Amino acid sequence: MSLNIQNLHANIGEREILKGLNLEIPKGQIHAIMGKNGSGKSTLAKVMAGHPDYEVTAGEVTLDGLNLFEMAEPDERARAGLFVAFQYPMEIPGVTIANFIRAAVQARLPKGEELDAVEYYELLYKKMELLKIPRNFTSRAVNEGFSGGEKKRCEILQMAMLNPVYCILDETDSGLDIDALKIVSEGVNAMRSPERGMLVITHYQRLLDYIVPDVVHVMVDGRIVLSGDKSLALKLEANGYDWVEKEVLQQA
Amino acid sequence: MTSTLIEQNVTPTSSNWPSWFVAEQKTALADYEQSPTPTRRHEAWRFANLKPLDLSTFVDATPVSAEGRLINSSTGLGEFSAKMVFGNNALLHKSAQSLPEGVIFESLESAATNHADLFRKYFMAQPAALGSSKYTALHKARVATGAFLYVPANTSVTLPIEIFHWAEGNNASIFPHTLIVCGENSSVTVLDYFKSADKLTALACGVNDLHLEKGSRLTYIAVQDWSTTTTAFHINSTNVDANAKCTALIANFGGGFVRGESLSRLIGEGSRSEMYSINPVEGTREIDQRTLQDHIAPHATSDLLYLNALDDRSRTIFAGLIKVEPGAQGTDAYQKVRNLILSDDADPNSMPGLEILNDEVRCTHGATNGPVSEDELFYMQARGIPRDKARRLVVNGFFNSLLERIEVTPVRAHLSTLLAKRLSVG
Repeated sequence: MSLNIQNLHANIGEREILKGLNLEIPKGQIHAIMGKNGSGKSTLAKVMAGHPDYEVTAGEVTLDGLNLFEMAEPDERARAGLFVAFQYPMEIPGVTIANFIRAAVQARLPKGEELDAVEYYELLYKKMELLKIPRNFTSRAVNEGFSGGEKKRCEILQMAMLNPVYCILDETDSGLDIDALKIVSEGVNAMRSPERGMLVITHYQRLLDYIVPDVVHVMVDGRIVLSGDKSLALKLEANGYDWVEKEVLQQA
Repeated sequence: MTSTLIEQNVTPTSSNWPSWFVAEQKTALADYEQSPTPTRRHEAWRFANLKPLDLSTFVDATPVSAEGRLINSSTGLGEFSAKMVFGNNALLHKSAQSLPEGVIFESLESAATNHADLFRKYFMAQPAALGSSKYTALHKARVATGAFLYVPANTSVTLPIEIFHWAEGNNASIFPHTLIVCGENSSVTVLDYFKSADKLTALACGVNDLHLEKGSRLTYIAVQDWSTTTTAFHINSTNVDANAKCTALIANFGGGFVRGESLSRLIGEGSRSEMYSINPVEGTREIDQRTLQDHIAPHATSDLLYLNALDDRSRTIFAGLIKVEPGAQGTDAYQKVRNLILSDDADPNSMPGLEILNDEVRCTHGATNGPVSEDELFYMQARGIPRDKARRLVVNGFFNSLLERIEVTPVRAHLSTLLAKRLSVG
């Protein structure tokens, strides 16, 4: 059981960003992808989620054997168990957090079944407590006027409420101060489970001090070029990305 | 050609009215008959669909058959201070739990007798200025009852007052009327509901007039939910005296053809008028709204925000004018219409306008058209919400951001619930 990405190629417009990416995240593991800006990390997250700006030109992704690309609409993928925490979550004026998450939870229920509002709020408040989100947050419009830290916490709150099987966290650490980083990491770590696989995309090693990965991958120019254990992240932090690129070039 | 409406020319409730009013109704009927039917050459009817102005199929409304059901269905807020229910031009029910002393909340015809001075001073005191004088004449000629509310000076009605107007039966014509007078430094909140008892076609020709004396505060909410084939005229005039503040919101949830006219006259220094409207439109429904913010006194503010969400082949017209009279220095006026376009076939028409006869003013006006943001839809879909539901949530959010301006919390929450129900996102 895994999230399996095979030979993934994707374009935005005429430009190819992902150039044959291979990656397998077994259930129960956390993997990290590190890479320079422009290496294609965020594109990977958006392609997985089904963003209409990107075109998949080759490759296959399976979610516990289910073909992801057979699910054309992003909402089908989400309901199949995929969750992407975005680097820049959208603002939705006039739609409250409570109603937004409620609609998402409702969408996962069988047709005709109504969400139990009391149970829903109990669960929502419990998860908010864990993420140290004040209760009045629920009546605010989704991401509207949120600080960077609030947006990221809101993403993790959604993740916690929707109980996904595979999670992709795109630069969840960007824009966070150290306290917020700790809180968000605790929220993510609380979701570690043998029943769940996670992929953490980051630019900095710092996040991986708090969310300790089982495997670290390095992405260069739309491909995974190097994989290793968590010490690889430290090596990248110490030596930068240049040595990876040199190593890749030598191998080529 | 005369319409059936005129030929019938019956005034079944005339016995309830003082004779001088019955005489005025005769004059009004003559006015209606003699006024030409509007054409598009008339500025106030530019872009208008004139077909619905043929009223020949409408007949006199007969007494409602489902009186008990209508009274029981007239529920709004959990807590209110008084309520009136009208059905087909008759008062069906009135209750007043907790009205402060001196507040007059009566049917229009009894106010005409019992409080003749007040009635004569305020009833349809402001001529229709935005094109529908023919239809206000028809209204006056045929009005049989309505709600009359007078809040005396320095009196606060804490809980909202609710008024329900029902239409029942095929081609029934009804003439709802709400007249509110707020004495100096008084305050009150009124919800005016317009509902159809069935899915049949009706004609509603209504007038609501709001008078705010110095320092008073009025929150007036009209929830129009006629059947989707009903032809409706809703003509408003609002007079706001010094330092008074009127917040008026019109929610057009129903109606096949709706002509709304709202005139706010800022007659006292430091007065404020907020004019809001939310219009979810789909199918072939049409909402035609004309407004005038008439700044007569200095240092007054008016704030107009109309939101339309147009789906399918629906149509909206917004024509608004901010008029700043020569003496109205220090005017602060704002006028904006925003159209959320949900379909390529939808037809929004916006004509914002200014007429400024004083230099020391601040006026902004504008109209925008835009689709639902694809990025917002993607984000919601990425959380598992199907596209259609996501779209309705965005529309709900679009309108909700206006509801946030309603300061009375239970009223805001109630409107939010009604809106969610209307858009099937609850």
